[in-house]
Amino acid sequence: MRYVALVLAILTGLVVLVGYFVPALAPLRDMLLTWSIILAGTATLVGVFNLILVHGTKVTKREKGSIYSALLLLCLFAAFIFGLALGPDDPNIRLLVDAVIVPVEATLMALLAVTLLYASIRLLRRRANVMSVVFILTAVLMLFASATLPFGEVGPLNDFLRPWFQHVLALGGARGILIGVALGTLTTGLRVLFGADRPYGGK
Amino acid sequence: MNLIGLGVVVLSAILLLALSIIKRKSPIKLRVIPALSKLYRAFGLSVEDGTRLFIALGNTSLLTPSAGAPLAGLGMLRHLTERTSLSDNPPIAASGESALTLLAQDTLEAGYKAAGAAEFYQPTTGRLTGLTPFSSAVGTMPILFDENVSASILIGHFGVESALIADAADRENEFLLGSSDDLSAQAALYASAPEVLIGEELFATGAYLGATASHEASLTVQDILRWAIILILLAGAALKFLGVI
Repeated sequence: MRYVALVLAILTGLVVLVGYFVPALAPLRDMLLTWSIILAGTATLVGVFNLILVHGTKVTKREKGSIYSALLLLCLFAAFIFGLALGPDDPNIRLLVDAVIVPVEATLMALLAVTLLYASIRLLRRRANVMSVVFILTAVLMLFASATLPFGEVGPLNDFLRPWFQHVLALGGARGILIGVALGTLTTGLRVLFGADRPYGGK
Repeated sequence: MNLIGLGVVVLSAILLLALSIIKRKSPIKLRVIPALSKLYRAFGLSVEDGTRLFIALGNTSLLTPSAGAPLAGLGMLRHLTERTSLSDNPPIAASGESALTLLAQDTLEAGYKAAGAAEFYQPTTGRLTGLTPFSSAVGTMPILFDENVSASILIGHFGVESALIADAADRENEFLLGSSDDLSAQAALYASAPEVLIGEELFATGAYLGATASHEASLTVQDILRWAIILILLAGAALKFLGVI
């Protein structure tokens, strides 16, 4: 059975890969991708059951933080029941998203700004080297160049330094890192395709 | 037909297969990545202490171009599970994507089986922590606070929300290795994580932790292709400078 899964995975991967380059295989590729999307949708349902199982276990065993798990389960079931009864386009359900989920995520984003500022301050203590100094100086410089300052814009920073940093140094470095990531993704994908790595339970 | 793309893929595949065969009998040589050396030490310490290892795989779908990073993470999870499954507190894997969670559970189970400890596997050690980047990050934080974790690894596709997880680990004095294929996350992790992997180092973790000939071959293929790209870029710049193109 393990080998059947391996052969199926390799064949499917090859068809999808070659389908991007050979137009004749595109319909077959699209069909396989559609199946994958359906499976991914089903996986979401399984994932929600996993969430219920993990937090349900926490509640029943009265583990640390089980009150939050109970609250999560309560909200999950309430959202599910009301979502099912009223439909996703109902104004009340949309209010649930607009008045709870969006503000909470926005708050986390704001919290992140403080977290990052604090982390940058501690960076020199944790990793005292030239790169850390360059990192912090660049961040401060870019903040000064981008932020609205009470005494107006700093001309040379805004007109010359910021575009040069963004379009020469940052863009060049970013492209270098992205090329490395793309090559890593390519070889990782090929290793999975050849069955050397099997993230589907194989060897 | 995109012949250049197809050519690069075919060339990479041929190189990977050929180098895997050639390198099978030669000793594996890898440059030192300090973050991975410290991770190795953290593995050992967590098993000795009876504390837990935690690995977060990010929140990308496997149907997107970012799928390479979580696949590298699953490779690390497999290695980690095999080594630490007999610990008092088995490792926990979390992700922000359902299909990835299922793969993580499957990988954990395979790791336990390989270690001869299949009966100790618990499905709840592979967890879905949320379905959006921030909810996933927030769902991850209680694991770091409440579940006796001593070392955490972020390996996969994360955004800037990874800094929240790094901050939580820092508050608990836990070892944290952060890596992502996303540029903004790399910058956030550089500032907030004690150890960080930049760029393609993320994809080298398999080679460093469970080095086989095929792992080393994939690193060599990356090096060859990187040099080829550098030469092409330099040649292009020179030709442009000379007015040929």
